[in-house]
Formats: sequence, structure tokens, C-alpha cells
Amino acid sequence: MSSPPVAKSPMASPRSFLWSRRVFLTLLTGFVLVPVYVMVSSSLKPLADVTGRFRWLPSSLTIRPYIDIWSTVPLARYFVNSLIVAGAATVCSVVIAVFSAYAVSRYQFRGKRVFTVTVLSTQMFPGILFLLPLFLLYVNIGNATGIALFGSRGGLILTYLTFSLPFSIWMLIGYFDSVPRDLDEAALVDGCGPLGALFRIVVPAAIPGIVAVAVYAFMTAWGEVLFASVMTNDTTRTLAVGLQGYSTLNDVYWNQIMAASLVVSVPVVAGFLLLQRYLVAGLTAGAVK
Amino acid sequence: MTTTTPEAVEHPVRKNSPGAASGPRRRTGRIRRLGLPYLLLLPALILELLVHLVPMVIGIVMSFKELTQFYIRDWGTAPWSGFDNYRMSVDFDAPVGEALLHSFFVTVGFTLLSVGLCWLIGTAAAIFMQDTFRGRGLLRALFLVPYALPVYAAVITWVFMFQHDNGLVNHVLHDQLHLTDKPSFWLIGDNSFWALLTVSVWKGWPFAFLIVMAGLQNIPRELYEAAALDGAGVWQQIRRITLPSLRPVNQVLVLVLFLWTFNDFNTPYVLFGKAAPEAADLISVHIYQASFVTWNFGTGSAMSVLLLLFLLLVTGVYLAVTSRGRRAADV
Amino acid sequence: MRTIRAAAIGAVTLSLALAASACGGGSSNGGGSDSNPKTLTYWASNQGASIEIDKKVLQPELDKFQKQTGIKVKLEVVPWSDLLNRILTATTSGQGPDVLNIGNTWSASLQATGALLPWDAANFAKIGGKDRFVDAALGSTGAQGKDPAAVPLYSMAYALYYNKQIFADAGITKPPATWSELVADGKKIQAKGKQVIGAEGANVSENIHHVFVFAKQHGADFFTPEGKPDFTSDAAVAGVKQYVDLMAKDKVIPKGNAEYAQNQSVSDFAKGKTAMLLWQSAAANLKSQGLSESDYGIAPVPVQSGTPGTGTQVNSMVAGINLAVFKNSGNLDGATKFVKFMTSDAEQKILNTAYSSIPPVKGAQADAAFNNQANAVLKNTLAQSAAPLPQVADESQFETAVGTAVKELFADVAAGRTVTTESVKAKLQKAQQQMPTK
Repeated sequence: MSSPPVAKSPMASPRSFLWSRRVFLTLLTGFVLVPVYVMVSSSLKPLADVTGRFRWLPSSLTIRPYIDIWSTVPLARYFVNSLIVAGAATVCSVVIAVFSAYAVSRYQFRGKRVFTVTVLSTQMFPGILFLLPLFLLYVNIGNATGIALFGSRGGLILTYLTFSLPFSIWMLIGYFDSVPRDLDEAALVDGCGPLGALFRIVVPAAIPGIVAVAVYAFMTAWGEVLFASVMTNDTTRTLAVGLQGYSTLNDVYWNQIMAASLVVSVPVVAGFLLLQRYLVAGLTAGAVK
Repeated sequence: MTTTTPEAVEHPVRKNSPGAASGPRRRTGRIRRLGLPYLLLLPALILELLVHLVPMVIGIVMSFKELTQFYIRDWGTAPWSGFDNYRMSVDFDAPVGEALLHSFFVTVGFTLLSVGLCWLIGTAAAIFMQDTFRGRGLLRALFLVPYALPVYAAVITWVFMFQHDNGLVNHVLHDQLHLTDKPSFWLIGDNSFWALLTVSVWKGWPFAFLIVMAGLQNIPRELYEAAALDGAGVWQQIRRITLPSLRPVNQVLVLVLFLWTFNDFNTPYVLFGKAAPEAADLISVHIYQASFVTWNFGTGSAMSVLLLLFLLLVTGVYLAVTSRGRRAADV
Repeated sequence: MRTIRAAAIGAVTLSLALAASACGGGSSNGGGSDSNPKTLTYWASNQGASIEIDKKVLQPELDKFQKQTGIKVKLEVVPWSDLLNRILTATTSGQGPDVLNIGNTWSASLQATGALLPWDAANFAKIGGKDRFVDAALGSTGAQGKDPAAVPLYSMAYALYYNKQIFADAGITKPPATWSELVADGKKIQAKGKQVIGAEGANVSENIHHVFVFAKQHGADFFTPEGKPDFTSDAAVAGVKQYVDLMAKDKVIPKGNAEYAQNQSVSDFAKGKTAMLLWQSAAANLKSQGLSESDYGIAPVPVQSGTPGTGTQVNSMVAGINLAVFKNSGNLDGATKFVKFMTSDAEQKILNTAYSSIPPVKGAQADAAFNNQANAVLKNTLAQSAAPLPQVADESQFETAVGTAVKELFADVAAGRTVTTESVKAKLQKAQQQMPTK
């Protein structure tokens, strides 16, 4: 992260570089910011401002949309559902990925290559291919065992955690490989079991990678639409589907939609930005090695 | 995909297991040695089997059935239809096949453009932001916002901006800059392709930025120092050191972006709803419509299988070609 | 020992995953497999201005039902965008509600899946007999010659809603009775700077409802008597073209409406932006948007010439909601009781008043509450000049294929392309080829 001392040397950046940087970054900032601005400003507008011609500035500021969003649709419930689903999927996904990555990184065993290739290749499955089959499978498991997967948060959690699993395992393998083996061997000599070595040595050393994976897993689960739309019902609906409720029979409440979008985005964006240092560090050691 | 296991994959357990242990202990040691990795992998394996592999097999079975509304109630009783679903999907003279082919080309064009732009913008931004300057940290945080936003929140904001009557895009292009003689439609008709591309790039480029930024940190400083001593300017350093060093990162990055963009369902679905305009009829939504809206799950499954085969082929060829390129470059 | 510990941890991981699924809990909608005679699951469609309003309307009635029978009804109001998908997944899985609302045009399609309880004479007897229901409504409950797949619950019809103030300003004394009058009135309205008539150009179902009527007025059906798709007859093409021409040639539908799919045209009308609206039973909706009943008038949907009637004088589809029972409900008896309750004269009055629809039950329809001027238009239309959409198994595919074709035609108009008889025919040809061949 610290800049190379050399770049500041006599050969420091020429004018052409500085100017291109300035122009490029300014344009890019505009491109990135305009939708964010629209989201924020529209969420503070009265309904008339968002149904008529677009205006950059609200005719009057109102926090009405932020009050109304909670009653137009049961946003609080969707929020809690999303939180449970995404949170549980993240925890499970990270734990499972840590185990798998440790096995692949530290052991030689038959079928290792088959495992990594298979897991990674699931990344290319079009979701639409296994939407209906998965749904049928959950239903049948439910009928056979009584474990309610379809329509429950549990089913969504299982589904989402496998979505982020391949990428997480792959990234953690890279990260664990970068943790010196001498460390866990020393721990083994000290009498820790292999799992002791994993939890006392490898995991603490790989915290940035693990945080990165957790952030990724959470975002994947927080934003998914397709499976949520088929596999949830009124009580288990997540934000991704629930937000569509603002365009009702009546009118499209753009100000409320923007307010709700902002409300559901803030926790993720804030968390993401707080953890972004880990993310870059985690990716640096894990994914791009 | 490029999980290059380091050469020294030694067995920590083996080194450790004390030879002095008595018989039973040694046996448990061996069981553990053999079993532990599998045990560790078990949860991941079970879940992958449950959520991905078994459903995929079911999906493939479905693709050989005539699974219409008459049989969905008990799909086991649906008659086998052999390759009929496939034949229908690839009969490019008939409307179903023709529409699928059209959707396929739209998706390919869209994916290439989107991945290309995401990579280009992401790489440029990462390189420009390699040195410190005032506000760099803030800017970096800002640039990650589109990636961090939940898909539907981001896309729904774009839907609002693309509205014909009350959207920002028409307001700026038509009312303020007078670039068009009348307000354009962005979410229906031919413009929808560009609307989709814009949203996809807006959402996707920060991921490329993030990965390239991480990749840049792995480039040894000495390389730059040596180049600077040779008198290479910034532009030359970028061309001679930065870009070549990023090649292994790019290999994975481009593939991942490609697969994600190609299979992306969330963006077009939130942008256009269930029936996408022809010009932006991405394959994932197309298949969704073919199965869920017209209730023909057999044909939908067949289309998905074809899509999967295509992606397997592309990935295989891509990895073979780029890996060879890398090896050649390494020599 | 270590083996055991390793195994234990492995097991912990697994149980963690399973626990997560269990802790997620939620309530799966196990209505289908639920054989508890004291509960029912009911999926209602979104009839009011919002889902929350629906809950407020329905919950007191469900409480009443519980008081009478001791059966608790779990209500879920399903948005229209999800309803068909949810029914489909329920059908596939067998796990669904016990009782559900369906759009009446889906009756034949859903009937074909075999998931719904057929209403034979014996079942009808349990709810008071078939002849309690209006014939027009019964005509939209399933394929002809088969036992109905559902029972009519709410009836609706299209009408022309017009803004009295705008009409007065433009010097229009009576609402247009024919399409050419409508176009002529449109010129006067445009002269006053108002939009003429709203439409939902990107809403597939709305498109179908309108082109069905236009096709009828040109003497066409979209299906042959044998149930084969017949989208490209000259009359059908002419009907579709006339509807699209309201935007393309007559320019009475604003081009911006081509991308409307979320009832923006209703709010345009409520805000006084457009002078007219073709809608089904819009009163409650308009009221919730702040348009008072004295501000607008209701007239029959225009025809080509003359007055509404049967044949080519049809001016509305038979719109409405049916109530169906899921065949593998574990509580068929309770479900039937619930249907009886919902179709009782008293409940029909309450519910149809709340939703400004017309009761399909004769006893309730005769009530004074449904005799005001607004309801008179709807009632007359239903009784005299409404026709049901084709009751064939492929109906939902027809809605999608043709509705999408019309949406694309509107998009073409909006993009400034000309729409010709040939281009309409080509689109319909394509739609027809997408229909199932068996």
C-alpha cells in the first residue's frame, strides 16, 4: 500500500501521466457517483418530484419516504430475514471453506485435484439450470425427513453458502499456502493436533483472507434474487424480492424505493468499506498469487 | 483454476507422528492421516453434491422429458422425449431455436463488451492509483461502492434513471444537453442493450479494480527500480513491467468476470422484469422465460444444458490457451 | 483420542450447517401436507392498492370464519408478479396452500395441471349449488365440458374512465361510444394540452386483455374451435393493429406509455395528466390515490359502431378472480367450508364493496350497494357485452406470446418505427410459432 520510493525518484511521473490520471479519475468518479447521488437525493424528495420530470435538487426536503418505507411493505421483516440468511450463510461458508482449504493446502491425498476442479467448475453452472431441480430436491427432502428446506430460511442458507463456497475455498487455499508451513509444524511439535494447528496458527495468520471471504459470502447472499424469488414465502422473503413491493398496483413510489434501497445498502456498504483493507490484503495473498 | 500447490507439500502429520507410539496408537494415527483431509472436505463435498451436482443431474434428466404443465404435478410421470427438446432448441430455422440463437449472440456480444470494459476501467484505475496522492484512500473507497451495493438496490436506481418521462438520463441528454431531438426509451427497444451494458459495467468494474489493485502489490519493487535506473518513464514502466506482471492475475480475473457476466441473471431481471426486450435478451433470462413463463421445463433444461456445455468448452479452451501462453512467457 | 476429536469437529461442522438450516426455521408453507383440520393456508391475490390494504380487508373476515367454524386461516397475500410462479412451484411440489385465488383467465391452464379440485355437482352442492353464480363468471372457470377448476370470487369488467373536468374544458359533452369518436375527442383534449388516454404498453396481461377485445370487434378469435392457435387471421391482425395504432397512427396513447408496466397509467389518470383510462374496476384504486368519485365518469368501453353487445360488439373481457382449492390439501373439508364462506352472500357484499368489483353471486349482486351508476356500467358490461378469454390449456402461453408481441410493437412505435399490417402479422406469426405444438 505504501508507495514505492522509486516512483517518487527523479523519474517521477511526467505531466502527461498526471493529466491523464486527473481526467480519467474525475470522469470515473462522476460515473460512479451519479447513481449514488440520485439514490440519496431522490430518497429525500416528495412524491411529486420523482413522478414528474427529473430534477437535480428536491423542491423541498422531506424524510417522509424514510418513515413510509416501513409501512408500505414489511421492510423490517425482510431486513431481519436477509440478515439471518446472509449471516448464517456467511458463517457456515467461511467455516466450511477454512476446513476444505486447510485440507487442500496442507495434505496430499487422492482426489485432491478432482475436488478442486469440481468445486470450482460449479462456478460456471447457470443458476437457472438447477433452480427447479434444487427446488424439487428440497421439497422431496422435506417430505422424506420433515426438515423443511423449501420456503424456509434454512433452504436459502444452504443454497447461498454453496454459491460463495467455491470462490472462498479457492481464495483460502492461496492464502493458507502463503502461511509458512514451519509455523504449524512447530505447533504440531508442541503437541497441538492438526486442528489445533489450524485454529491456533493458520487461521490467525490468515485473518485478512478470512475476512475477505466472509465479505464476499455476505454480499453474495445479500444480493441474490433468482432463488429468493422462488424459494421464499411471505414470512421468509428477503430484501432482494421484498423491495419489488414498492411498485404496487397503485404507483411507483420512486422516492420510497430509493430510500429503501439506501437503507438496505448502508449496512453492506459500510461494512464493506470498513473491511476493504482486509479485502485487498486478502486478495493480494490469496487470489492473485 | 490455477491452484498451483507449492512444490513442498509435506505432510505435517507424518513428520510429527512419534514413532515410539504403541500399536493401537499408530493405527489411529494412520486412519487419521488418511481420513482427516477427507473429513475436512466432507461438509463442502456434501453441500456441493446437494446444491449443485445432484440438481444438475436432475436437470439433465429433465431435459430429456416432455415436462409441460400437464406433467409438472408429478414430473416422474412425464413422458421421455429423447432428444426432442435439444432438437427444438437448436433448430435455428424455427422460432424457438432462432430466438435462442439470437439470445446467445446478444449474450456473447454483451459479455465481451462488458468484460472488456470492466477490465479496462478497473486496470486503468488501479494503475493510476498505485502511487499515493491526496484523497486516494477516499477515492478508493468511493470506487468500491458500486460493487458493495446490493445488486437490486443498484439496478433499481438505474431503472429510475432510465425512465422515459422522469429519468435522469433523458433529462440530461435531452432537456439539458439537447443531444436527442426527443426523449429516448432505454428500457424497451434497441437502446436497452446499451442500458444493460452501462449498468453491468458500472456494477462490475470495481471487482476488476480490486483484483488488479491486489495484483499490483505483488509486483516486486526491484523491477521498477531497475527499470527506473535504465531510464524508463512511467508509461514505459507500465507497459514493460506492470502489464506483463499482471498477466497471471488477468487470466483468472477475465475468466471469472466472463462466467459471472455470462450467467448473470440478477441485473437483467431487475432491470427489465420477466420479459426482456429482444435487444437485451440475455440467455439466463431467456431460459427463465422459456421454462417458467411458458411452463416448458424440459426445453428450458435442455437449453441450460447446452449453455453449460458451451461454458465448459470456452473455459477449457481458454485455460488451455492462456496457460500455454503463460508457460511460454515464463520460459 | 485425536481421531475422535477430529471426527467430533467434523461432525460439529456438519451439524452447524444443519443447525443453520433448522435455526433458519421460518414457517414452510406446509399447507399441502398439513392434515390438521383446524388450520388452512390461503393465498390471496393482491386486489387492493397494496398488500397491506388487502390484509386489512381480509383479516377481519378470516377472523369471522374462525369464530364460525373454529378453523384458523393463515393468510398470505401474493403479489401478482409472483402469483403464477408460486402456484407453479406449489403444483410441482405438492406443497402449497389449501385455498388460493387465481386470475380467472388462468383457469383452463391450471386445470390442465390437475392440481386443483374439480368442482363437480357434489362439490358445488356443498357450497350452495352452481346456479347461485352468474353465468358469465362461470364461463371463465375452466375448459368447456369439464368440471370448473375454480369458483368465481370477484367479477370485474373493463370500462372507460374519464376525467370530467378535462372533458368539460375540451368541450366534450358525452363520453365517446365508438373508437372514431374517441380519436376525434382526443384532438380536442390534446388542444388543451392534456394527454388523451393511458395504456400499459409493457404489461403483457393488459395488452392481451385489450387486443382480445379489439380482435373480437373485428370478428376474430385467437383460437379455433378445436383449440388450435390462430393468431394471424386478417381479423386478428386488424384488431391488434387497431390497438397499437391508438399510439402509432391516432396518437391518442402517449408514446411514454410504451414502457408502462406498473400501473403508471392509473396514477397518470388519478393525477389528471390523462383524460381517459381503460381499466377494470378502478374505483377503489383511484380513491386511494386521492381522486374523488365525483371527479370522473364511467362509460362502457367504445366499440366500432353502434352499441355494446355480443359478437363483434363485445367491449370487455370477463375479468375476475376465482377461488380454487388445492387437490392435495390435507383439509379438503375445511377448504370447502372456506369457499362456501367466501362465496356467501354476506361476504360477497363486503369483499366486493371493498375491492369495487361485482359479486359473481346472484344473491349478492342484487344488493343495492351494487346498483350505483359506476357499478351499473360494469354490471351491464358483464351481463351483456363481455366475453371470456379463450378457455384452453395453453391460455397462459398465449398471454405471454401475444402480450409480448404487442409490447414489442409498442416499443417499435416508441422508437419511431412504423407499424404496418405486415409487421403486425409477422410478430403474431412468431408468437404463434412459440406456442406448444401438442
